[in-house]
Amino acid sequence: MLMLLVELSGLVAALLFILGLKRMSSPVTALRGIVLAGIGMLVAVIAAFGYMANVEPSAEPRLLVNLFLVVLALALGGAWAWRSGKRVPVTDMPQMVALYNGMGGGAAAAVAAVAMTGSAYASDPLHITVTLLGALIGSVSLSGSVIAWAKLDGRINSAWRFEGQKVLNGVVFLIAILAGALVAAGIGVGYGMPVLFFVAALAFGVLLTLPIGGADMPVVISLYNAFTGLAVGLEGYAIQNPALMIAGMVVGSAGTLLTVLMAKAMNRSLANVLFSNFGEVSASAQGEVAGQMTSVDASDAATTMRYASSVIIVPGYGLAVAQAQAKLYELVKLLQAADVDVKFAIHPVAGRMPGHMNVLLAEAGVPYDLIFDMDDVNDSFANTDVALVIGANDVVNPAARTDKQSPIYGMPILDADQAHQVYVIKRGQGKGYAGVENLLFYGENCDMVYGDAQAVLSNMVQAIKELAA
Amino acid sequence: MELDLSMSWLIGLYLFMLAAFTGYEVIRRVPSILHTPLMSGSNFIHGIVVVGAMHALFNADTTLGQLIGFIGVVLGAGNAAGGYVVTDRMLAMFKPSQPGKNDKE
Repeated sequence: MLMLLVELSGLVAALLFILGLKRMSSPVTALRGIVLAGIGMLVAVIAAFGYMANVEPSAEPRLLVNLFLVVLALALGGAWAWRSGKRVPVTDMPQMVALYNGMGGGAAAAVAAVAMTGSAYASDPLHITVTLLGALIGSVSLSGSVIAWAKLDGRINSAWRFEGQKVLNGVVFLIAILAGALVAAGIGVGYGMPVLFFVAALAFGVLLTLPIGGADMPVVISLYNAFTGLAVGLEGYAIQNPALMIAGMVVGSAGTLLTVLMAKAMNRSLANVLFSNFGEVSASAQGEVAGQMTSVDASDAATTMRYASSVIIVPGYGLAVAQAQAKLYELVKLLQAADVDVKFAIHPVAGRMPGHMNVLLAEAGVPYDLIFDMDDVNDSFANTDVALVIGANDVVNPAARTDKQSPIYGMPILDADQAHQVYVIKRGQGKGYAGVENLLFYGENCDMVYGDAQAVLSNMVQAIKELAA
Repeated sequence: MELDLSMSWLIGLYLFMLAAFTGYEVIRRVPSILHTPLMSGSNFIHGIVVVGAMHALFNADTTLGQLIGFIGVVLGAGNAAGGYVVTDRMLAMFKPSQPGKNDKE
């Protein structure tokens, strides 16, 4: 009877998850969406204690100890993650998502590993194959996500590449598959083969992620998010729990779609992100750029904006690095007070994940109805007096439209170069993630404002206040 | 009362197929400004793996199994709790310029 309760609570949880995800499709209902999903999770976890009524006979003597371990583990893992999640600054959220995602993948792999140590293990081949497949995907997601986290957190800085890397990756992957197949076939009894399987799977995740550059990490995290979902779904079948199957598969497909959307926004295929060494060759292929960069004072730029009738702001990750979102919004409010029409234009990959910039602006209090997607705002640039580019680079490079030699050719960009006047706030003359010269900066209608975004924006705010006085 | 709650592989496939379509349809309509919270939200949802890990630990009958199961529950609980907090914090930041006026969107 208790088992029926467990099953029914799973159904409720699955329903709440899907409703929650659906609510998240609009900013107005999104917050209620996560609360719904949270209730679903709580119901499922509490009901999972009902599993105690129906444990394997061989595990019964250990049931009390296991109950203690479950409670302790829930408290430990939950408390740690809750605290770390509350404390992490918004700029660092992408890597925390990667870390939590890796933990989920690890948990899926652990479910499989525990099943393999059990004496009641090894029933039918399908069951074992599904269990192992989930374990393989979960392990890759675990180690890959940890590397992604370390890269975004600045703990690993260089992309690790060498000759024959793809061959090594292939061999390691084959070893994992082979070891898995032997385990499934019941050959290699004992712990040797399963250990080899897990080690190879984990190593593959590390090897796959190490050569990928920091700019591509969001796509990779999104992919591993889908992987973990898939692994959870498969382990859900292995333990015959439909809630895990539904939740895992929903995330698996949603995550895959999200990954493809992100890769598309960067004009890359997924295979290209995973298996090419972006950013290495591009710099050498650069020709000379005509024209020269001109620079201007922050106060002059501010005065121009104050007397313009429309301004579009293009924020990039550099804004977040300088922690200048609040200052920027202060500037926006001053401009609005002077009857300037201000819009924010967000490139799909601005920030470190799609939508990350929106979150960063939202944190600073910028209302979301000032914020426009690339497709909605791109036609407006030609009729706009001033485009203010802050800490963005590749996403406004017109070379993506014109220069077929450029590695970013074909990438959808914000047409900031079509505004009557462009100001670019930038720390120095460096290149963007893609390592290419930005033709926009050499344009006649473009002036550079050099300096830290925080300092430049403070000067601009100051200048406008003085005008008003 | 004895209930048969096991499911055939065919039913399992049906479940997977329908769930995959559900995930696709739900995400397809999401504006890109919500992509990051959504990735985080879906990250939270696969935290349901903690239930699987609890099942595994309850049924662990070796010391090694208990150890791995313990780690599994810690990781799963971390996935669920961390995913929830981060998503909640992200979503709490979204607000329109005039509260209440844009509710019809």
